[in-house]
Amino acid sequence: MPDAIETEEAKQVQAPFESWGRYPTYGAKLLPLHWQSDFPAVTAGLHNGALPVGMGRSYGDVCLLKDGNLLVTTAMNRLIAFDPETGLLTAEAGVNLAQILDFAVPRGFFLPVTPGTKYVTLGGAIANDIHGKNHHVAGTFGRHITQFELVRSDGSRMLCTPTENPEFFAATIGGLGLTGLISWATLRLKPIVSRKIDYEGIQFHGIDEFLELTNQAKDIEYTVSWVDVTSTGRNFARGVFMQGDHSSRKDDLIKSAKPKLIFPFEAPGFALNSLSVSLFNTAFFHKQIHKRVVALQDYEPFFYPLDKVLHWNRMYGKRGLLQFQYVIPWEHAKEGTIAILQAVAKSGLASFLAVLKAFGDVPSPGMMSFPKPGITLALDFPIKPDKSFPLFQRLADMTLELGGRLYPAKDAAMTAPQFQAFYPQWQHFAQYRDPMLTSSFWERVTSNS
Amino acid sequence: MSTTVQSTTATPRKILVLGATSGIAEATCRIWASQGASLFLIARNGEKLAAVAADLKTRGASFIDTAVADLDDTDKHPELLAHAINSLTGMDIAYLAHGILGDQTEAERDFNTAAQIIHTNYMAPVSLLTWLANFCAQRHSGTLAVISSVAGDRGRKSNYLYGSSKAGLSAFLGGLRNRVDREGVTVLTIKPGPTKTAMTANMPKSEKFADPESVAESIVSAIDKRKDILYVPFQWQPIMFIIRNIPERIFKKLNL
Ligand SMILES: Cc1cc2nc3c(=O)[nH]c(=O)nc-3n(C[C@H](O)[C@H](O)[C@H](O)COP(=O)(O)OP(=O)(O)OC[C@H]3O[C@@H](n4cnc5c(N)ncnc54)[C@H](O)[C@@H]3O)c2cc1C
Repeated sequence: MPDAIETEEAKQVQAPFESWGRYPTYGAKLLPLHWQSDFPAVTAGLHNGALPVGMGRSYGDVCLLKDGNLLVTTAMNRLIAFDPETGLLTAEAGVNLAQILDFAVPRGFFLPVTPGTKYVTLGGAIANDIHGKNHHVAGTFGRHITQFELVRSDGSRMLCTPTENPEFFAATIGGLGLTGLISWATLRLKPIVSRKIDYEGIQFHGIDEFLELTNQAKDIEYTVSWVDVTSTGRNFARGVFMQGDHSSRKDDLIKSAKPKLIFPFEAPGFALNSLSVSLFNTAFFHKQIHKRVVALQDYEPFFYPLDKVLHWNRMYGKRGLLQFQYVIPWEHAKEGTIAILQAVAKSGLASFLAVLKAFGDVPSPGMMSFPKPGITLALDFPIKPDKSFPLFQRLADMTLELGGRLYPAKDAAMTAPQFQAFYPQWQHFAQYRDPMLTSSFWERVTSNS
Repeated sequence: MSTTVQSTTATPRKILVLGATSGIAEATCRIWASQGASLFLIARNGEKLAAVAADLKTRGASFIDTAVADLDDTDKHPELLAHAINSLTGMDIAYLAHGILGDQTEAERDFNTAAQIIHTNYMAPVSLLTWLANFCAQRHSGTLAVISSVAGDRGRKSNYLYGSSKAGLSAFLGGLRNRVDREGVTVLTIKPGPTKTAMTANMPKSEKFADPESVAESIVSAIDKRKDILYVPFQWQPIMFIIRNIPERIFKKLNL
């Protein structure tokens, strides 16, 4: 008989799986994976395709599969081994970055790359080959993965490293969950002596000043900027440039602040309109009253300012939100960004959060990775059915003309021709797909009808 | 009353875990492992047990050993327990976390299914606890922490086989506590309500589901405080008080 105490949870009806943008919403069957051996056993005899998913922190439909089977990996979260000499941590793919930090920081280690939320899984971070504020020096998350196991729906298990099964290694990093289930992976953590970040915030006016600050900050590990997309005229493209390094002052490594605020309900649709967004952005700009602010800050507010408010995505109401994130190469970086910001301002659709950052030239190991050298901008938009999508189409076309591309993890809008132009290697990539695995994103961007 | 002092911080605690691959047990062991405890883990499935053991070792357990065993096999209990305690070189805590929900509908038709549930959830723990209680009583120390269930507080149609096996277990633990308390042995009856698993973390879910992590924290703290009975989450205590006190003539008409 099973070892486990089985409670009523076994019998409960599953709630729908939502991506972070809460758009689109699709019905799917949830199949929890508790153990590495659960896949492919749980899909035996099932039709309709399957997709591994993590915390659902992607905004659009890369982690959704309409009417299919979602392999929920978050209970597969065991650690397998850690070597304090090398910082190599091996863990099951469903472990999330918050759990890794809880383990690693007190031992004097940190994530080599982290996104703006710690609630993403190791598997999800690899499958989207995520980037962080240190892309210009560290490259993407996948660069710090030394090996992983890939389980295919036929039951075969493959060890993937840069030299063993190298094609599957490259296809799976940034492979959007389509090449197989990553059951475990080894990540190289980096040593730290303090939980704190030496932080500096600097106000800027316009893209020229942003580029100059970027240039001056080449040797600083973390840089990112917030831009006010609501202001025009003299204040156009004003913002705050934020930079930081791990503090080198030996400091206490132990402390854990749990998120306290939970956004408890859905805001009515009118809460986020152009006026409130513009007020927010003005307030944010002036929150920093001085041109320069220097501080010694805990890593949590520095990297994860929004995690304090769990489920802040509900603030956007029932219809949800979408990010629009592009990268455009250096040769068009400046005029391209200005043109796109102007197009956004003209559309009258307000973006609550706009984040600007320079990507470096450290290459991604992934075949389908999003980052490349240039400037990236991420914009949050609440979904307004008739207005948002025409704007997204316009911005996507502009991005294409500027030689850039869009980030699948933040997308629910690009068309098949746009995707195929952004990622011309997609057909080569498709050879490494697992025949059972697919996503709503993949169906959308590869159907040419 | 109790006279023995249990070592808690100085030397790592020696903990025997039965049913170590259960979700609640695994979450509890993660806390103990990070405190540097010594653990002996028993479960039926070797592959799963190895995954749990590697995780706990990585998290800082100072010693880990395991045995694959089917706890339904009561004949093997004395040998298994002696081996585990020998490997741990002693025992401060025994944590019983194995059990099955079983198929209620099937059990209504087939006595063998019913008997299986009772055997796993009641007979096997009685066998284990008889041996363990005698071991602890002889040494005048030790804690026996056992997972029962709120379902044992009152039988209801949806799971009365499971419920009655847990009711028997809770009554047994009460009597055992009454017997060994004067020997310096603590018996903790743990009554969890429905518990969420990690996989449902980002899904909307009714308030009455608890996280295994917070359930585990309460269990560790109840053991440290040498409590007798733990309802977890604590709200189940007043709820079960009310449920126990609904008159039978009304209760039998309810759909629970
Ligand atoms: C507030 C916020 C800030 C963010 N900031 C950044 C940022 O700075 N940089 C950045 O790059 N991204 C950022 N993101 C996006 C986020 O990092 C990615 O979408 C990440 O991949 C989400 O991980 P997840 O565990 O939630 O995976 P999901 O969203 O559930 O899934 C993502 C993809 O991973 C696949 N997948 C998941 N697990 C496995 C597995 N075990 N094996 C194979 N495939 C798997 C899925 O199929 C899917 O294609 C941010 C998101 C939010 C909500």
